[in-house]
Amino acid sequence: MIEWYAIVAAAIAAAAGVLCLVLGLFGVKPGDLSMGAVALVELLLLGQLGVAIAQPLVGNPPTGSLVEFYIYLIVALLIPLLAGFWALVERDRWSTVVLGIACLAIAVMVVRMNIIWTGHIA
Amino acid sequence: MSSALPDDPQPRDADQSRPLRARRSRGVGIVLIFVYAILAIGATSRAIYQMVTVYSQAPIPITLSAISGAIYILATLALFLPGRVWYRVAWVTISFELLGVLVVGTLSLISPAVAGTGTVSDGAVWSNYGIGYGYIPVVLPVLGMLWLRSRRGQFSKTTSVEATSAEPSTAEPSSAGS
Repeated sequence: MIEWYAIVAAAIAAAAGVLCLVLGLFGVKPGDLSMGAVALVELLLLGQLGVAIAQPLVGNPPTGSLVEFYIYLIVALLIPLLAGFWALVERDRWSTVVLGIACLAIAVMVVRMNIIWTGHIA
Repeated sequence: MSSALPDDPQPRDADQSRPLRARRSRGVGIVLIFVYAILAIGATSRAIYQMVTVYSQAPIPITLSAISGAIYILATLALFLPGRVWYRVAWVTISFELLGVLVVGTLSLISPAVAGTGTVSDGAVWSNYGIGYGYIPVVLPVLGMLWLRSRRGQFSKTTSVEATSAEPSTAEPSSAGS
């Protein structure tokens, strides 16, 4: 996998998470900024999916477990959708906090996915 | 007469603060449930994957992870669903969860077979008090218990939340004499 992509994606997801958390705790309801940040994270994950599909085809297969990688990726792809759906249903500040937690979870999962791809068994 | 005086301002005070407080409590609850849901999905899917593939190499941590995953699913449901029964289920599962993370966390420090770190399982969810999950597994049940405790009052006056939402109908003549 392209390592820099995972690092950039994780960093942006973490930044988006902190942004949404701060917005939420200051009482801002889900809006263009917070929803846009989450949408960006989801797009980055779709990019990650593209990377994961393309890399083995261009001769860069994973040294770790591909199945475990995809389990993480699928769950990661679902989390922003769930959080975003919730933010549309219930428009209050706590939904913004939920969006932030979703992004932070994604940041951790992307780092973890990179470790799984490269193989964490010594 | 003398009993009416101290009684009167109290309910009004509570009426003003309750909707906001109830909303905040609900909001915090939603956040809590969301964190539980992520942990439930994460722990369970990982445990299922490991059970199917590498179970024999680290049976104890993988079994423990599967148990914790099931507990998280139950806790998520119990926090989400209304009613007194689910409230009790939430208490039981979250208590079990705290007990689990403390017992397994302690055992994992003593016994490498329980910890499973460095093996294929890369440790159970509750190993070393949940270090692999940013110590969230040991913090979450405490937050969950605090939240459940704050909701305890709802179950003595079960319909109070519904009652405050229908507030605009000023049925109480006493509130007019303010």
